[in-house]
Amino acid sequence: MTTTASGADLMAFDEALERFDPVMGLEVHVELNTVSKMFCACATTFGAEPNTQVCPVCLGLPGALPVLNAKAVESAIRIGLALNCEIARWCRFARKNYFYPDMPKNFQTSQYDEPIAYHGYTDLDVGGETFRVEIERAHMEEDTGKSLHMGGSTGRIHGADYSLVDYNRAGIPLIEVVTKPIEGAGGKAPAVARAYVAHLRDVLQGLGVSDVRMEQGSLRCDVNLSLRPFPSAPLGTRSETKNVNSLRSVERAVRYEISRQASLLVAGGSVVQETRHWHEDTGVTTSGRSKEQAEDYRYFPEPDLVPIAADHAWIEELRSTLPEQPSRRRARLQAEWGFAELEMRDVVGAGAVDLIEHTVIAGASPAAAKKWWLSELARRANDSGVALHDLAITPEQVAEVQALVESGRVNDKLARQVLDGVLAGEGSPDQVVASRRLEVVSDDGALSAAVDRAIEANPDVAAKIRGGKAAAAGALIGAVMKEMRGQADAGRVRELIVSKLS
Amino acid sequence: MTDLTRLSAAALAQALRTGDVTSVEATRAHLDRIAEVDPAVHAFLHVDAEGALASAAAADARRAEGVPEPALLGVPVAVKDIVATKGVPTTCGSRILEGWIPPYDATLVKRLREAGMPILGKTNMDEFAMGSSTEHSAFGPTRNPWDLDRIPGGSGGGSSAAVTAYEAPLAVGTDTGGSIRQPGAVTGTVGVKPTYGGVSRYGIVALASSLDQAGPVARSVLDAALLHDVIAGHDPMDSTSIDKPWPSMAEAARRSDITGLRIGVVRELGGEGYQTGVQARFDDAVALLVKSGAEVVEVSCPHFELALAAYYLILPSEASSNLARFDAMRFGLRVSPENVAAPSAEQVMEATRAAGFGDEVKRRIILGTYALSSGYYEAYYGQAQKVRTLVTQNFQAAFDQVDVLVSPTAPTTAFRIGEKLDDPLAMYLNDIATIPANLAGVPGMSLPSGLADEDGLPTGIQILAPALEDARLYTVGAVLEASLEEQWGGPLLDQAPALAAAAASSMDGR
Amino acid sequence: MSDPASSLTREDVAYLAHLARIDLSDAELDHLAPQLAVILESVATISSVDTAEVAPTSSAVPVENVFRADEARPSLSVEDALAGAPEVEQQRFKVPRILGEEA
Repeated sequence: MTTTASGADLMAFDEALERFDPVMGLEVHVELNTVSKMFCACATTFGAEPNTQVCPVCLGLPGALPVLNAKAVESAIRIGLALNCEIARWCRFARKNYFYPDMPKNFQTSQYDEPIAYHGYTDLDVGGETFRVEIERAHMEEDTGKSLHMGGSTGRIHGADYSLVDYNRAGIPLIEVVTKPIEGAGGKAPAVARAYVAHLRDVLQGLGVSDVRMEQGSLRCDVNLSLRPFPSAPLGTRSETKNVNSLRSVERAVRYEISRQASLLVAGGSVVQETRHWHEDTGVTTSGRSKEQAEDYRYFPEPDLVPIAADHAWIEELRSTLPEQPSRRRARLQAEWGFAELEMRDVVGAGAVDLIEHTVIAGASPAAAKKWWLSELARRANDSGVALHDLAITPEQVAEVQALVESGRVNDKLARQVLDGVLAGEGSPDQVVASRRLEVVSDDGALSAAVDRAIEANPDVAAKIRGGKAAAAGALIGAVMKEMRGQADAGRVRELIVSKLS
Repeated sequence: MTDLTRLSAAALAQALRTGDVTSVEATRAHLDRIAEVDPAVHAFLHVDAEGALASAAAADARRAEGVPEPALLGVPVAVKDIVATKGVPTTCGSRILEGWIPPYDATLVKRLREAGMPILGKTNMDEFAMGSSTEHSAFGPTRNPWDLDRIPGGSGGGSSAAVTAYEAPLAVGTDTGGSIRQPGAVTGTVGVKPTYGGVSRYGIVALASSLDQAGPVARSVLDAALLHDVIAGHDPMDSTSIDKPWPSMAEAARRSDITGLRIGVVRELGGEGYQTGVQARFDDAVALLVKSGAEVVEVSCPHFELALAAYYLILPSEASSNLARFDAMRFGLRVSPENVAAPSAEQVMEATRAAGFGDEVKRRIILGTYALSSGYYEAYYGQAQKVRTLVTQNFQAAFDQVDVLVSPTAPTTAFRIGEKLDDPLAMYLNDIATIPANLAGVPGMSLPSGLADEDGLPTGIQILAPALEDARLYTVGAVLEASLEEQWGGPLLDQAPALAAAAASSMDGR
Repeated sequence: MSDPASSLTREDVAYLAHLARIDLSDAELDHLAPQLAVILESVATISSVDTAEVAPTSSAVPVENVFRADEARPSLSVEDALAGAPEVEQQRFKVPRILGEEA
């Protein structure tokens, strides 16, 4: 067991749950994929050279003024609608005032008591059960610059000698989605947290409003957690954990915080309201500098911007652009494909819904599409450590491979070699078949000769077959296939063997 | 050859059009005048001779092309140092921006350039526009050309003094609580604060975002109108700029009929607290308006008495936030704390702001931080915004009865340098008549109403119009100006003491 | 509503100065606190009027929905962006070590 700072042993998760009821709050920041920034026309391209996408506005130079990006507002409203929120008929931006070198104006233009969307909910699937997470609010704000901390040993802020700031990211539109306290998850809290972030990611992907790549920072999650002795007890003091950069981290961080806080409380200590930092490598959270008092942000309405009045017509127009809800889409596809509940769950779990859908559209049967993606291709993805959708093969190509099999041009085994070829970048399935000469030999003459040779080389086996043991044909088939380098239709080989030896 | 610096902007524009004079000649004449008198007046923080002459040459070349010209092509102008001018130092009168060269032009500067107006330089001001005497400039005060021992008003004392001293025919100022109008009043010149949103704020270093406006400073109503026409108009870079076409102010200034005009004298802006001579000249001016065909009634705007308090809560609040960006990280002054080995960013910020900001700025930042802080917001900032609504309603009710409102622009004539420096509250009272217009966003003009008997110093009359009715100010102002100048036998400025002589003698004394 | 404290103590001013990142000297603190107290007392007259039925001014201009299209335009050149920087390293703004936590 790892030791916490207090020296107490970390309580086992299950034991923690016997004694406490966890309550979570998840804050997710979504970086929108708009072409320009929230308040200025600078580009938002990821990975540009430092300070090449800045202007007086996003640099916070004296005299600069913000002008709101229409697309960002639309995306904010669509996100709110997709989360079943009320959309504010009238709202404003507010200044959140605090000093930090990555904030050019030393205030963040955000929304305070007038968020554009509020009081919504979203339903998750957690281990086969539906879990509803209520959404407190979704509001618009702007991102900060990025700092490199130099001179310290870890590259983190502690121990650094100085920092280098790049403001390319400053001013990129962010939507912050805040849940209401998530109660009643009990032992499933880690799974619920993970499922929520995954689900939110899917919703956002479906809306097309963000790249939602946690590893690139376009989806960021802060985890708030508190414990109470039992569900009807008042809420305990919560900690906030940042640097949670993957779905896996979300789950692990929740799990760890539950154990950590439980250990503290059982040992007679109390939870400090603070910001903690998650370490994926060591699997623990560590304390940030605890503040004596909460920062006073001195919010007031942003005087350089005018209010946003989203009228009914505009909201309904945006509502009509919402894609089908992921859960509804899945139910529909499951029915169309004739998959059982468990089968569909496997597909969803593998992140293969879109892939299979496109493979089916390209002509394959659902069963075949599922077979290829969930077995062969999933294995290859796992081996190379990439996500399924990052494999170098398209659904259309997979459908082509299936078509090759169905036409008899290749058999199953050869088809796998075709996949290898496509993944290796050798070209389309047809090109791979041609260049690697994988086509099944359909010339009976050549096959027949190979069968004769196998029979001659294996007289004992041949005798058994003549004697009625049809099952023994397998060895001969194997021999023929070996000679033919797999480029034979096994069924035809068997037929030839049987006819020659009967 | 006529002294080119004595020409009004309108007359100079005409002389340029007829080819009697070139822009290079006119610009050079003003640069010479600046060199002659500015050591004593100190209206300018930076003179851009090279840039101005280059623009002048370009204006002359453009005129030679024979295509339709902007009205003020080739007429030089001075710009308050709070406005960003690309490649030209912009300090806002503060040490924290000493040496800062903006990498961009304010929109209004772009418009000046597009109109072919050479920019002579940047004028002095109270630091970050906080003040009404220009004594809070980090680079020394500007002196009133009428009496070099007196203040020229503020925060835009430099722009008004430049125009008063014939160093520039026109200047651009900014007005948050009276910083164009009050200097106009104490220097005998014309100053206009347009309707909020009338002139783009993009590139104007923000003091109080919901109150700031840029406007023209000139020696006549027509000149101010001509400049107003150049700089006003919608700007997509400023979300608060008004998206409606404006009528021509110059045309409005040329209209000379105010028969039937209803004028309201604001009871709360006058009488006790206003210098006798100021009140007297105001009353005389009102009488002249009646003679010109207007009707006068008294109106009451009872909540104007709370305007000062509301203003000194709203302004510091917004300013405390606007000035947070001056933190030594990206531009401007960087000062490290003494005797600290490896100071943190926070320490450098604190040391820089302590060294770079003057007293008045510090006062208002602290005040604003307090007014916005947790537990005090509702009582201070929140309440002030409600009083602001009441002030706006007072204006609306008044304008239901009358077409324009009038008052003395400022309660006193120019006081002596140093006289009110130790008493912030006394200083704030200079803006008591001008502040209501900023709170409500309505346009206001100050024009000279004559000299006070007791000290022979200029006084100003303020005209206020409903939002969007800036043109009305110019019509009324022009008529009044004509009547007054007829009485005086010429512009009030003709009565100002000759500056060159005063400049020479005052320099002897230094 | 209780009358907000018009007496601003020296400690209050020191705290506010810290919030505003201004390192006021002792002399300044001595000097400023009473000045601010006087100003505050004067602006406290603002609470003398009943505003229960009054809405705060929500925006200085009577417009809503001012937007710009989502289009990218050229940014400042890197030289211009970094021109005023007190210190530059690796094409970034070099700032002293930051003590506070990242937001």
